[in-house]
Amino acid sequence: MDYEVVIGLEVHVQLKTESKIFCGCSTTFGAPPNTHTCPVCLGMPGVLPVLNRNVVEYAMRMALATNCQIAPYSQFARKNYFYPDLPKGYQISQYELPLAEHGWVEIDLNGQTKRIGITRIHLEEDAGKLIHDENRPVSYVDLNRTGVPLIEIVSEPDMRDPEEAGAYLKKLRQLVRYLGISDGNMEEGSLRCDANISLRPRGQDELGVKSELKNMNSFRHVQKALEYEIRRQSALLMDNRKVVQETRLWDHGRGVTVAMRGKEEAHDYRYFPDPDLVPVRIEDQWLESVKKSLPELPDIKRERFVREYGLPAYDAGVLTSSRSMADYFESCVKAFPRPKTVSNWIMVELIRLLKQDNREISACPVSADHLAGLLKLLEKGTISGKMAKDVLEQAYSTGTSPEEIVREQGLAQVSDEATLRAVIQEVIDDCPQEVEKYRAGKHKILGFLVGQVMKRTKGKANPQKVNALLRELLG
Amino acid sequence: MKITHSEVEHVADLARLTFSPEEMDSITGQLNDILTYVAQLEKVEASGVEPTTHALEVENAFREDETGKSLSADEALSNAPEREDDTFVVPRII
Repeated sequence: MDYEVVIGLEVHVQLKTESKIFCGCSTTFGAPPNTHTCPVCLGMPGVLPVLNRNVVEYAMRMALATNCQIAPYSQFARKNYFYPDLPKGYQISQYELPLAEHGWVEIDLNGQTKRIGITRIHLEEDAGKLIHDENRPVSYVDLNRTGVPLIEIVSEPDMRDPEEAGAYLKKLRQLVRYLGISDGNMEEGSLRCDANISLRPRGQDELGVKSELKNMNSFRHVQKALEYEIRRQSALLMDNRKVVQETRLWDHGRGVTVAMRGKEEAHDYRYFPDPDLVPVRIEDQWLESVKKSLPELPDIKRERFVREYGLPAYDAGVLTSSRSMADYFESCVKAFPRPKTVSNWIMVELIRLLKQDNREISACPVSADHLAGLLKLLEKGTISGKMAKDVLEQAYSTGTSPEEIVREQGLAQVSDEATLRAVIQEVIDDCPQEVEKYRAGKHKILGFLVGQVMKRTKGKANPQKVNALLRELLG
Repeated sequence: MKITHSEVEHVADLARLTFSPEEMDSITGQLNDILTYVAQLEKVEASGVEPTTHALEVENAFREDETGKSLSADEALSNAPEREDDTFVVPRII
């Protein structure tokens, strides 16, 4: 039987606000344990949570960027369950009336565009962090993260393989970074992903029984866990056995998913409206002002790069992958208005150097002005293409401007005709045999003569010029 | 609407509560009394009324995104049954 894979993702994004969602504790990552708490986020009796306005605005930005309809009226609900990372015994979330619904994003797969539906985006608070002891049957609780704002983005079951899921996830990361609302870092937990995955006979409308995958801390984990789960479920189905609806944890060390110990009743969350928090009403005026504050989004920027700079779609995609990359390109083009040349140097040389150090372009030691300066030196013929690559590497490791490197090390090419003619004449005089051979038709010997010129100029002669002048003088 | 023994047991279980059979009888009876009392509201004609979740007509109570004072770790941990360094210690779950 041929099975079709159906995947939907639930993505949690930690918002980059200064303070927590319902209290004034700091959201800074990595503080000493339990130093960012207060009676509100510790869930002490009698406290009153008050919503952080920026949390709503950040969520509105994401809702707009994903083409969602923003609800004019939304409210918070309590999701009740017991877990040691949740001091109140309930998580404040949104249930019946989420902030936004019915959106979509487009993903790009081998040049094909596919639209992935977004069911809803809602606001909620994060839980604390548990560290399990390796030797004793205890866990240690740090509540600094308790109450850090999250948005949960729930997709439609629109993805058909792990690659699509990966592309969708990367799209969301790109958007939250463009919008400046989150670091979107899976390894550090500011972007988290749970996956619902099921199989059904191809052609069948009804969805198969799904499993929910958790504990995937990188894009690679998500891909691997989904691949494993497809193998596991299809083996069960082919064997005429049933898939059980359950939550499974990805064990990256062993490369398998493992059923979480049965807590079926835990899914009975008894949601009810949180009486402590009044409803959120979003008037048109507020919505409009958030709309106006949005930056140019990646899809639109990519199209503009193709149109305005005449770049191939592939280049435009790479250069708009992040806002800082796009800004780097544009300020470089401002100083050196040959977009395709700039694009080539960024995409081939610069990205290679950045990848070696696992560095973002925002931390690139070569500024956009420096790169433009280098390309000007190259265009004027002051340095050769090969030298330009060396100079770029030096500029990258030292942060010095290419002009300075060329000047300090005397790397400037000799292109001056009179100087070159003099050297070439010397070579012709010193190598009568080779000159004779060339004149007798053995043109391959020209390389040797060029080499002699390069040697005498310590490699600084402009090779194209030397070639041309040699041919001329040899007649 | 009548609430059954097993529903009460389920809810008690979710709340991590255990009751003796006598307590169970009494609680089930009390809950049914409450539900019957509240059920009188069903008689009110409310077909054109939007569902309400709050008694007050207040919306959009916000705070600005500013940090304030937090508790010290010692203060935060002062009610902890058990602590180690600056963390709470709880029985292991997973």
